[in-house]
Amino acid sequence: MLLRKLVTVLTLVLVTAGTVRAELLIRITEGADAAIPIAVVPFAEAGNIPAGDKLSTVVQSDLAMSGEFSPLPAEKMLSLPSKREDVFFRDWRLLGQRYVLVGELTRKGDRVSARYELFDVNTEERLLGETAAAPASNLRSLAHHVSDKVYEAITGVPGAFSTKLAYVTLDTFKGKPRYRLQVSDVDGKRARIRLESQEPILSPAWSPDGKKLAYVSFETGKPVIFIHELASGKRTKAADFPGLNSAPAWSEDGRSLLMTLSKDGNAEIYRMDLATKKLTKITNHWAIDTEASWDHTGDGLFFTSDRSGGPQIYYKESERASPRRITFGSRYNARPRPDNSGKFVYYVHQRDRAFHIARTNLKSGEETILTRTESDESPSVSPNGRMLIYATKQGADSVLTVISADGGAAYSLPASEGDVREPAWGPLVR
Amino acid sequence: MKLSAQSKAFAVLLSAGLFAGCSSTGETQDDGAYGSDVAAIDQEGGSTVYGGDDQDGVSSSAMTEEERMAAQQQAEQEALRDITVFYFDFDTAEIKPEARDVLVAHAQFLANNPGQQVRLEGHADERGTKEYNLALGERRANAVQRFLIVNGASRGQMETISYGEEKPAVMGSSESDWAQNRRVELVFE
Repeated sequence: MLLRKLVTVLTLVLVTAGTVRAELLIRITEGADAAIPIAVVPFAEAGNIPAGDKLSTVVQSDLAMSGEFSPLPAEKMLSLPSKREDVFFRDWRLLGQRYVLVGELTRKGDRVSARYELFDVNTEERLLGETAAAPASNLRSLAHHVSDKVYEAITGVPGAFSTKLAYVTLDTFKGKPRYRLQVSDVDGKRARIRLESQEPILSPAWSPDGKKLAYVSFETGKPVIFIHELASGKRTKAADFPGLNSAPAWSEDGRSLLMTLSKDGNAEIYRMDLATKKLTKITNHWAIDTEASWDHTGDGLFFTSDRSGGPQIYYKESERASPRRITFGSRYNARPRPDNSGKFVYYVHQRDRAFHIARTNLKSGEETILTRTESDESPSVSPNGRMLIYATKQGADSVLTVISADGGAAYSLPASEGDVREPAWGPLVR
Repeated sequence: MKLSAQSKAFAVLLSAGLFAGCSSTGETQDDGAYGSDVAAIDQEGGSTVYGGDDQDGVSSSAMTEEERMAAQQQAEQEALRDITVFYFDFDTAEIKPEARDVLVAHAQFLANNPGQQVRLEGHADERGTKEYNLALGERRANAVQRFLIVNGASRGQMETISYGEEKPAVMGSSESDWAQNRRVELVFE
């Protein structure tokens, strides 16, 4: 009886600890040169709209974060229209704006509904006119949804502001390392701790439906691949063979995992069917083969191998095809992550003493170094292919940095304390 | 150019340190062990065994010399075995020449003590990717394991694990920090 009570109390403490979070801060370090001017007018409000960040503020911040937009500060606006009749296009043209977004929030019971319209200032054409609703406690989700729609209406590419990030923070607690696997919005807000351990947590990977994470945890004293259902918190060991169990990557149908195992002597890439646990060996070489990732077709895969003497990126058109080397530009190229268009593969690239993120155009073979920072790791491409997140160092701290996929704009997400690393950009979830 | 000169200098330093470490610990342990061993032999051998019945003084002193040599050798081996961390160059798993004698001493100790277990923990420095470094740490641990097996230890005595770049010996991002983090640690249980 007493024991049960104790257990309940402990569980409660854990749950509470799970909701208290070390939020990431956002710091925009660099804007793109050709950012599109857009006026996001503060939305009119009818009824009891929850206090806190305004929807328009979140939308402005999302669009600025992408590096592709330059939102007009509200204090520079000459009027604050909330519907078409009140929009004086001449004023917005004078302010140099290309687009203007107006709208209104209405409280309906537990929900808040947003009616919003996007106009092209030059043609005075309405590009978007929609309503969307969300629980009143979830205004941020509503704001990210509006950002997604605006982004898509203007660029033709779906926005990725409603997607999630997974990452690992590391700090010291009572003299011991404290690793925490966390999931947050892409702007670092609403972080929630999913796993806490004194032992390393690595390589989080999103299932295609965004409901599960696979990752490597040392909690049992060695690297083991776990699958973690986010809604229930239920965890299962996917791979716990002797030696390495690492570098998990999901297939597009969510039914299998690519992984690196060394149970037969050295690091090789396998595919595990998750229902049957059956393994298919995909590489077979005395070299290190690891960091596999499916390409956009779901048939081919990229991986790292040091069969040429140092780590380089290789590609197999299918599981059985012979590997083709992709990178030649320097002695160290590793951890490939292809985008979903098949155009580019992103990876860690050593130049002189520094490690940068680079990408190779798969058609032309042209390689571009995207970052100027020097200890860059773990690139992860946004699901719309427009942005990239990676881990780097600022002074002694490890931080996450987001850049546009061509290396233009940047913002960083430092942890409020300690290190943050191993970012994984979640999928678009409809 | 500058980089390789620096790392060479460091390697020299490291091996010098290792060497100095050997001989100095060797001497202290040697003195103690040697001194007490000789005293014991003198007391027992001198008074009870050789001094009384046996006339053959030459044979007696030869035995003592042999035992002294053995004791000295054992002390040296023990001193070598004080070193349990072995360092590697960037992105390699090649055992350095200066590590060989020490590893041979460990291998012989394991061969002589079949019940002894050892864990080989492989590590990498922070540069490069985490997953590749995990595999690299394992490769280093495996290289040490193979060396120990070749020199008499048996596979069943050893367990390897790689922590990749996750558990650096020292924090910091200088050449010398990295050099100290690229290592295999022998942990006797």
